[in-house]
Amino acid sequence: MTENSNTDKSRRQFLGSAAVAAGMAVAPGVILHQTASAKPADEAISSKVRWGMLIDTAKCANGCDACVSACDEEHNLGGGRSETDAQWIRKVELRDKQTGHSLTMPLLCQHCEFPPCVDVCPTGASFRREDGIVLVDKHICIGCRYCMMACPYKARSFIHEDLHDQKPYSPRGKGTVESCTFCVHRVDRDETPACVEACDAEGHNAMIFGDMNNPDSEISRQLASYSSSQIRGDLGLNTGVRYRGI
Amino acid sequence: MKQQIHYREIDGRSPGFFALLGLIGALILVGLGAAYYMEHNGHYVTGMTNQIVWGTPHVFAVFLIVAASGALNVASISSVFGKTAYKPLARLSGLLAIALLVGGLAVLVLDLGRPDRLIVAMTKYNFKSIFAWNIFLYTGFMVIVAVYMWFLMERKMNRFSKVGGLTAFIWRIMLTTGTGSIFGFLVARQAYDAALMAPMFVIMSFSYGLAIYLLVLMAAYKWTNRPLGDAIIFRLKNLLGVFIASVLYFVVVYHLTNLYMTEHHSYERFVLMDGGVYTQLFWVVQILLGSLLPLLLLYLPATGKSRTWIGISAALVIIGGMAQIYIIIIGGQAFPLVLFPGMEVSSSFYDGVVSHYAPSLPEILLGIGGTAIAAIIVLLGVRVLRFLPVSLEDKYTDPHHETTGTAAQASEATA
Repeated sequence: MTENSNTDKSRRQFLGSAAVAAGMAVAPGVILHQTASAKPADEAISSKVRWGMLIDTAKCANGCDACVSACDEEHNLGGGRSETDAQWIRKVELRDKQTGHSLTMPLLCQHCEFPPCVDVCPTGASFRREDGIVLVDKHICIGCRYCMMACPYKARSFIHEDLHDQKPYSPRGKGTVESCTFCVHRVDRDETPACVEACDAEGHNAMIFGDMNNPDSEISRQLASYSSSQIRGDLGLNTGVRYRGI
Repeated sequence: MKQQIHYREIDGRSPGFFALLGLIGALILVGLGAAYYMEHNGHYVTGMTNQIVWGTPHVFAVFLIVAASGALNVASISSVFGKTAYKPLARLSGLLAIALLVGGLAVLVLDLGRPDRLIVAMTKYNFKSIFAWNIFLYTGFMVIVAVYMWFLMERKMNRFSKVGGLTAFIWRIMLTTGTGSIFGFLVARQAYDAALMAPMFVIMSFSYGLAIYLLVLMAAYKWTNRPLGDAIIFRLKNLLGVFIASVLYFVVVYHLTNLYMTEHHSYERFVLMDGGVYTQLFWVVQILLGSLLPLLLLYLPATGKSRTWIGISAALVIIGGMAQIYIIIIGGQAFPLVLFPGMEVSSSFYDGVVSHYAPSLPEILLGIGGTAIAAIIVLLGVRVLRFLPVSLEDKYTDPHHETTGTAAQASEATA
């Protein structure tokens, strides 16, 4: 992981200086314009940010799977074989055996601070970005599926067949393992993940995405004000996805 | 002075030898074809899914790898524990250990999603991963056992055989600990997450490895018409009985511990009572056919002295062992993850239900292909190098035999 971030860093530094050189060549007469962004593209990913998600099960509507469809569409998941198709996010229905109380909620990669999938990956293909997003490097993954054995949330999928019409921002590959990326391509553009956007579009607002390290972010304020919990919190993984109402 | 042991390559010119070679070669080709078929189409053509991610190939691979380290025990007993009766058996023990490991690893690698990236697994390591440790443990094992074999087979190096044997013995304990820990360290699943897994796998390896060793030894001597005395067979079968009982002990402790803890009751109910095929495999194949019956056969006076029954017992141990690994690997995955204790769970991703798995033909063929790879290594090994003693009559393997007319036998042996 350190190697990754170092490579990233030196590449970014190189790209950065190349950009400066190019900029100096064309700067006269050109107004350099920068849009407001949380993180300029030439800045390394940093642990100052911890991306997280808060899911309010009280707002999550029964029978609604807008988040799941949005994810499938964003990353072109799905197919015709339910047992082997990739599912990065799924709706789970719960019913308390004693009280009969039932609820529904989306379950996805929990983007743990101490992810078991990263621990067991023999090649380091499973890795955690400094900003807390757990990803799979599809170029290093050998498809051993040990991470799928290790994940307490069953959040990962193995690609069982050839893929078609892939999205350029969401590289996938037959014979490798994948899971929710928190829509890292969007997050790096300062946008929210597709599932959160879809939930908001439905008017449920059950999912809040943001920086858990920034005390002024909506997610941090909500987490600070109301109680929330982690699924399998007993494992001490410090998940990036928190739930209210379970 | 003990009898001088003579080793010789097998003849390898009989029609039987070529028939066996042809059969094993064909099985390997079929296995490779099955692997190609699965890789070409993708794993959807297998019984594996996103719920059962390790299938029949892993059962074969783990069984062979576990048995590999166990097959080395016979050599360890001679070199490490100084039991001279086992010395003539040591070479075959090392060969079998390497062969089984190569066969198991072949299955494991060919079942990867991207076997073409084996080089990645060899060059990029995450040292917190037990899989990464295992890559070193497995390759190290092959090197260490090969060197140990050299110490045993090269007269000038014989004096190092004790050191070689000890190193190999320690390494094999580490290796099986690593294999058991693949499961023992998995915190998420009800069936795993137990330190007991590592020692249980070690003792399982003793049993499976010895069962395979016995069968290979008896077959090799029968097919080459070399004499094989009762003394060594009876020693090995008595030892096998002890190992079967030890595995049973670990199985009992594992389930008793789980039965005590309310948290694990649902998993225990699954394996022991209403897990369908897994329950049947457990009681009928693993316990009855694979443990109790061979124990009985090995120790009953009527059957315990019969080679046929000893052979059948060893085969039963292998079948029971396969069932045991099947229950651990596939049963352990089929039982749903407990994400929300006390809740009924359902989803489109098969949460809260026992996952369905049926072995597919290509998976089975790949597993058999890996076993055939192990077999061909042994067959060619004994053909080209001196692994097998010319005779294993009692006078060479029974320490108490020496008292009767040693001189006469020594001259006979060297004649």
